[in-house]
Amino acid sequence: MIPRFFLLLMLLLGFAAHAAPDPAVVRQLAAEESDDKIAAIHKLALTAEPEALAVLQQLADGTLKDAKGEDITINNRVRRELEGALAVLKLIDPDATVRFKAVKEIASNVDAAMAPMLARARDRETDANIRALLVEAHALATLKDADPQIRIAAAKSLATSADPNTKAVLKAQSEPANEAETEVRRAAFQSYLAVEDRLTLAETIGRIFSGLSLGSILLLAALGLAITYGVMGVINMAHGELLMIGAYATYAMQGLFRSQFPAHEDWYLLAAVPVAFFAAAVVGILLERTVIRWLYGRALETLLATWGLSLMLIQAARVIFGAQNVEVANPSWMSGGLEILPSIVLPLNRIVIVGFALFVLALVWVLMNRTRLGMFVRAVTQNRAMAGCVGVPTGRIDTVAFALGAGIAGLGGVALSQIANVGPDMGQGYIVDSFMVVVLGGVGQLAGAVWAALGLGIVTKFIESWAGAVIAKIVVLVFIIMFIQKRPQGLFALKGRFVES
Amino acid sequence: MQRRNFIKATAVSLALATAGLITQPAIAADTIKVGILHSLSGTMAISETALKETALMTIAEINAKGGVMGKQLEAVVVDPASNWPLFAEKARQLLTQDKVAVVFGCWTSVSRKSVNPVFKELNGLLFYPVQYEGEELEKNVFYTGAAPNQQAIPAVEYLMSKDGGLAKRWVLLGTDYVYPRTTNKILRAFLKSKGVAEADIMEEYTPFGHSDYQTIIAKIKKFAGEGKKTAVVSTINGDSNVPFYKELGNAGLKATDVPVVAFSVGEEELRGVDTKPLVGHLAAWNYFQSVKNPANDAFIKMYKDWAKKQKLPKADTVVTNDPMEATYVGIHMWAQAVEKAKSTDVNKVIAAVGGQKFKAPSGFEIQMDPKNHHLHKPVLIGEVKADGQFNVVWKTKGPVKAAPWSPFIAGNDKKKGEPEGK
Repeated sequence: MIPRFFLLLMLLLGFAAHAAPDPAVVRQLAAEESDDKIAAIHKLALTAEPEALAVLQQLADGTLKDAKGEDITINNRVRRELEGALAVLKLIDPDATVRFKAVKEIASNVDAAMAPMLARARDRETDANIRALLVEAHALATLKDADPQIRIAAAKSLATSADPNTKAVLKAQSEPANEAETEVRRAAFQSYLAVEDRLTLAETIGRIFSGLSLGSILLLAALGLAITYGVMGVINMAHGELLMIGAYATYAMQGLFRSQFPAHEDWYLLAAVPVAFFAAAVVGILLERTVIRWLYGRALETLLATWGLSLMLIQAARVIFGAQNVEVANPSWMSGGLEILPSIVLPLNRIVIVGFALFVLALVWVLMNRTRLGMFVRAVTQNRAMAGCVGVPTGRIDTVAFALGAGIAGLGGVALSQIANVGPDMGQGYIVDSFMVVVLGGVGQLAGAVWAALGLGIVTKFIESWAGAVIAKIVVLVFIIMFIQKRPQGLFALKGRFVES
Repeated sequence: MQRRNFIKATAVSLALATAGLITQPAIAADTIKVGILHSLSGTMAISETALKETALMTIAEINAKGGVMGKQLEAVVVDPASNWPLFAEKARQLLTQDKVAVVFGCWTSVSRKSVNPVFKELNGLLFYPVQYEGEELEKNVFYTGAAPNQQAIPAVEYLMSKDGGLAKRWVLLGTDYVYPRTTNKILRAFLKSKGVAEADIMEEYTPFGHSDYQTIIAKIKKFAGEGKKTAVVSTINGDSNVPFYKELGNAGLKATDVPVVAFSVGEEELRGVDTKPLVGHLAAWNYFQSVKNPANDAFIKMYKDWAKKQKLPKADTVVTNDPMEATYVGIHMWAQAVEKAKSTDVNKVIAAVGGQKFKAPSGFEIQMDPKNHHLHKPVLIGEVKADGQFNVVWKTKGPVKAAPWSPFIAGNDKKKGEPEGK
């Protein structure tokens, strides 16, 4: 750590020597032992020269070669030292995002000797976010100061932190083994409690978000079924396979964009949305026209027939795309995460999916409640004979409604392809979940599906966080069985075609 | 008209099928049948499909050199579809209907446990190519993957060392079945023997095919935030690894902060993942594609050529990995043993396999232990690179003898180092 201290000192004093990096030291980077490598890194970093920085950056990127022309490899320990050294060098970078990352890196590993330098960097910093980080890093550094008053001030100022690392440091500071002064211990402990409260809150927010995310996925998987089963009364066991078709359509669009428009590869997902919708809808029309149409009103036969269809669709996918999972990559704008607090990072792909679920939900709501088609579907559902009498083409409406449900499932498939594996039997894993959502929400009610999906998502995540994923699955299933026993009509009940019969 | 066409077509295909059935035994007379029992669909297909291809390639290689005892090998491939009871059914079919001389197959321990009684009952022969939890020694099985002391224990020791980051707290994360549960039991006992407190170990399991790792990652983050250096030992199997590593990358959990060492993730599993955020995470195996030696160069080239010739999906980016190497070594050892025994009789071959040596792609001449049905293997620990390959950061000087009965499980010191009834 001492070299980093001097380095920072030199940087901030504007000290810079001019000499190419010592070749012997560069050679030492290729040494067998990690200790030698780290020593060489420190020596290079101390020169604070752009050339040395370039060499270190190459080493970090894995592009630096040794005398024999082979890549020099580093392990995690060397990488940590290297990143620390590079971060100090980057603290004066003109680019604010580079500085931000550098300060984060430094804050994860500070020591007392760095305090004056961090204070100076803090005073020079113009960006408010980076400044706040530097204030925290500085406080962490002064927590080991010789003067108890400074330690107390540092401990107090850390109370506003939301970093798990800070919490651990404060906890250590509040123990008699590490801190002799009672006053400092008390201040540290109070700050520790404040940080912990904030972290608990962050944890709850994170949990609710992951519940929302799971809920939105369940909703996307179940919305199509809410139309075909909920509104039309078709027990469609091939629903999961319609999801799969949507996911494979996404895969196909990814392949098309990769080969035809490599420059726009990141946008394949947007193109996949309509393609997946229509691919699944077309398959839906085929299923409805060839099989399901002849079985309306015979639930058991529909169940068996659609189950057979699902097996055929799985096999078809195996023949066309192979039995192995296919790779569907997140576009770069959906990779990574949004850091709202140091302890919670919300993955971008999940945020996008929550938004997408809202979009699909709005689409379905508008279609069902604000269009002529939706009105016809509702009319046929509520009273087929009367709807027919007033001139609604009931047969065609059945087909269109089923196609709509299938298409929505296809949209669900697009979302699933971004977080789960895409393979021929992926649909099997979602069919039970989808039925659970629709049945729990109340057959025939879209709003019921929404509340059921979100509720199941959040409940599952909360159980998961204290009992594990395996138990959570069991508990949720048992809960739904008991709920259906008590309230067979689900959360919301509305009259549908088969409610009457 | 249509119906008539259909009948005609059925008749023709039936006739063809019968013709096929009749001609088969004619070839079978001077070939040796070998069974390949790997999941080609379902959650394990991500890992096992490549093993089927390796087995077929190795068989083609042996056949090109004149076969075994002058006879050509004939592969019988079945797909147990990641369905454990189906493994037993398919194994029985291979042994009784196809009458294969040997079976190469299984990945998960639960599938191996499912076929063990079948091989015992029918006195068949199984070569199992994947690292596993030990606690088993079957007379009818040869284990060409690692036992815990050839993979799990050295990996944990490495993470405890200075270069590995001096880890003090441990997350044992796995898929919920026998291999992860037993391995974690052994590791827990091992960690305790090293003075790790109960509160510093967290154990978590997920079902097969699990795809939502948000909660787990959040828990790991919280656990790691308690202060001491934390490491994660992952025994997640199958395609769950893809969402797990995706989530890990998206959540920004870096290897320099919390390293994850995996025992069932190799080059093949990482093919479908963007590895740039995963640089530095680890895997422990007995072979990596990045190992440099002539035997490995030849092995990689052979597999790449095979992939091109067979037009495998994405043939230009195929990789080799540890269980593939173990499959390759296993088939060669079996062939050598048959040559030595001058028979494919199971008892004679079992007697001849012990002590066989083979120049393996891992860079060592490795030996089948004369007694305990396991290979002596080198242990390698690698860190993920940005291109999905592994940097070897630690390795043993030479091959290590397997200890299938881990000394960290009570009562194992009394167990014999060779199968019962041999």
